[in-house]
Amino acid sequence: MIVANNVHKAFGPLQVLRGIDLQVKEQEVVVIIGPSGSGKSTFLRCLNLLEEPTSGVITIDGMCVTDKTADINRIRQNVGMVFQRFNLFPHKTALENITLSPLKVKGIPLQEANAIAKDLLAKVGLSDKETSYPDQLSGGQQQRVAIARALAMKPKVMLFDEPTSALDPEMVGEVLTVMKDLAREGMTMVVVTHEMGFAREVGDRVLFIDEGRVVEEGTPEQIFGNPQNERTRAFLNKIL
Amino acid sequence: MYVLEIWQEAFPVLLVGLRLTIELTILAVLFGCVIGLIVALGKMSRMSLIKIPSVIYVEFFRGSPLLIQIFLVYFGLPKLVGHPLNQFWSSVAVLSLNSGAYCAEIFRAGIQSIERGQMEAARSLGMNHIQAMRYVILPQAFKRVIPPMGNEFIAMMKDTSLVSVIGLVELTRSGQLIISTTYNALEIWFVVAIFYMIMTILISEFFVNRMERRLQAGDRS
Repeated sequence: MIVANNVHKAFGPLQVLRGIDLQVKEQEVVVIIGPSGSGKSTFLRCLNLLEEPTSGVITIDGMCVTDKTADINRIRQNVGMVFQRFNLFPHKTALENITLSPLKVKGIPLQEANAIAKDLLAKVGLSDKETSYPDQLSGGQQQRVAIARALAMKPKVMLFDEPTSALDPEMVGEVLTVMKDLAREGMTMVVVTHEMGFAREVGDRVLFIDEGRVVEEGTPEQIFGNPQNERTRAFLNKIL
Repeated sequence: MYVLEIWQEAFPVLLVGLRLTIELTILAVLFGCVIGLIVALGKMSRMSLIKIPSVIYVEFFRGSPLLIQIFLVYFGLPKLVGHPLNQFWSSVAVLSLNSGAYCAEIFRAGIQSIERGQMEAARSLGMNHIQAMRYVILPQAFKRVIPPMGNEFIAMMKDTSLVSVIGLVELTRSGQLIISTTYNALEIWFVVAIFYMIMTILISEFFVNRMERRLQAGDRS
């Protein structure tokens, strides 16, 4: 589903990614962990070209993202993204946040778009918040709307960029629950997170990234139970 | 009372001038907004063919005195086109171009004040740049530019007095004409100033009320 080969990214003289490879199979849930500044978010953002890789090749669902002639808007429709800071549209209600892109990008009729949005709001447990504006919702509710908004485009892959990092602790659970449901339904997911419990429970594979490289990769049991690399061990010791 | 008689006589003339001032202001700000939005987007463009002219335009019209711009268009341009220009429309043109430069900066600041995440979220949903601007960025930016636009409106209204120098009989020029025959400078200039002040108050009331209504709509962005 996703193939990334030797992805490099530099911001000026600063080398953030130094050759990252990743293969994600359909229905697989890959969790990326690593210290802050390790490049994990940057790598995720390269996958849908919010950051343009300096070099390397990325293919999603058979379409080459890094090809200069690629129709990136088309590819992005297949790649949902959930942000750390939710990034809901504050001038739109929860329902309108979800329907905007299906209406304007896909040209889906209003009634159908509304029906899809209502289903998705029900799915994330927010049926009663249709007409609420983002600033009337809690962080956890906003993030669930953001997930619903991404799902409305019927993506084949979902990217999560630290989806619970900006949340109060008591709201982390509700968002993780939605993500777990999604994984169980077979969504292909790449998740950058500090939630090790989630990684252990839901992840098929865990990548530990540090200083722009994949330091270690394996099943959650391998990474958390028996890390081979010194830096992985040091990192896990600090956060667990 | 003597003063009241002066005012009574002057009023009909001043009201005709006032009407012209209002027309000039509304047209200038209207065209200025349209120009401003286009130029603001131009200034933020990555294509230098669009960006550089936009930057030069803003620098010129903000960087030189409006009075000189009025002279340049009204006395200078006829040399190029070969015939004298219509007073009213050349005034509207200069004022619009001048206002457009200020509006451009207001719009640019408003657009750039929207968090980067909004554009990223829109783009990640498959919208192209134009769709993201139109449906996500601009609606939010428009709300934020209402207060500075109110200020621009007021500034432009007062600046219309400058076109009196090319003989267009707006509020200031009508005052001048009355004084040139009656010599009642103090009484007339005072009432002219009050006219401008009342318009300023009306405009700012309009913008404040409008803002409040928007904010009460439940959307506090």
